[in-house]
Amino acid sequence: MNVWAALIRRDLAREWSSGSWWLPVAFFLLVATLYPFAVGPDSALLARTGAGVLWIAALLAALLPIERLFAPDSASGTLDQLALRGISDEGVAAAKALAHMVGFGVPLLLSTLPAAALLGLSGETLARLAIGLAIGIPGLASLSVTIAAVTLGQQRSGALGGLLMLPLAVPILIFGAGSIQPIGNSAMLFLGAASLLLVAITPFAAGAALRAAREV
Amino acid sequence: MIIKTVYAASIPFTPRPALGALRVSGALLVAQGLACKRGERLLWRGVDFSLEAGGVLHIIGANGIGKSSLLRIIAGLLPAMAGSVACDGGVALLDENPALDRDRTLKGALGFWGQVDGQSGVDAALDAVGMAALADVPMRYFSTGQRKRAALARLLVQNAPIWLLDEPSNGLDHSGVTMLEALIETHRAGGGCALIASHQPLTLADMQTLALSDYIGISSGLGSIHDPEIPENKVSA
Repeated sequence: MNVWAALIRRDLAREWSSGSWWLPVAFFLLVATLYPFAVGPDSALLARTGAGVLWIAALLAALLPIERLFAPDSASGTLDQLALRGISDEGVAAAKALAHMVGFGVPLLLSTLPAAALLGLSGETLARLAIGLAIGIPGLASLSVTIAAVTLGQQRSGALGGLLMLPLAVPILIFGAGSIQPIGNSAMLFLGAASLLLVAITPFAAGAALRAAREV
Repeated sequence: MIIKTVYAASIPFTPRPALGALRVSGALLVAQGLACKRGERLLWRGVDFSLEAGGVLHIIGANGIGKSSLLRIIAGLLPAMAGSVACDGGVALLDENPALDRDRTLKGALGFWGQVDGQSGVDAALDAVGMAALADVPMRYFSTGQRKRAALARLLVQNAPIWLLDEPSNGLDHSGVTMLEALIETHRAGGGCALIASHQPLTLADMQTLALSDYIGISSGLGSIHDPEIPENKVSA
């Protein structure tokens, strides 16, 4: 079997079997559940602000898997063994990013439905939110992979990852939240651009970080 | 023949002659003028050796002298400060990390490497290390010695001619060490070679020894690698 297929399949199987897919989903739904308690059960207010809150929840949910993306592979020597075989760090990072987009993105996207129901979002808002998340999640997942590689080998990499990732995710949040508005089509395009940029630089940024972590 | 030139810094010792003569002789692994720096400390320098089919080189030296670093440099995982490594064929590394997923079964974890390496000898490898009966047990249940046996199976699955073994007998019981020696002898007989860093004695025929203490650059403390006082190291036989 092709090396890349084997890598992606392994990463997907690990996302599934290690149960790391449900942690962001549970967090996302918990935020949707708790938000009405915090601002009160005013359905007009919830419908107006709920989609923005879900964008923030998605952003924060993307922080949760950071510690589990590369650290176990590094500790077990898997990254060394892949490098030994001449498999490029960029390729390893790209396979990880692709698997994470699916393993993190698809469950999160599906949980948008119950979350929207919890906040009483209108059908049109839900549609724009779901399309926006579908465009933005590959960027968020890629950013998680980059930050996981950059913080590899650091103590308390989870906290450090949060500090590094959130500022970099600001464009996704701004254009994602903007795309919820009925006149937000240009924001949707910018969201796509920001997401694509993150997807495109991830193999190189994360690959360079993996190489640097190995050659310490 | 893959030649990785890892020469980096301008260093004060004499350049080595080209390795043409060694290359024609059919060596699987040739290391020339290797030097290793960790942090600001020069660990060793001027390490030359070559391994032909069937050759075994035992690297000895005190803790922290840089045996593992030498293996990682040969494997291409660590940049050398100077020198070059030429490998004719694939390189397999066995170190303290088995590189087998803890949440997968032994067979599943080995199967992943089989797919990556394009090899299908998982069952044969499990037989060879005496773990065939445990093929369906998740990796996380294994003891240190069993994990080492599993890692040996991964080495066998890879089917590479050049073996780099870092403390291969760590954690193995008596029968495990005997098995390891038999595996190395089989590997040699099949035209492979092995570079072994180990404190434990291994009973292998015609084993050459390389003592890294003969190549120490600066005995202790921090020092500049450009120190003109560093004496020229002796060349290995």
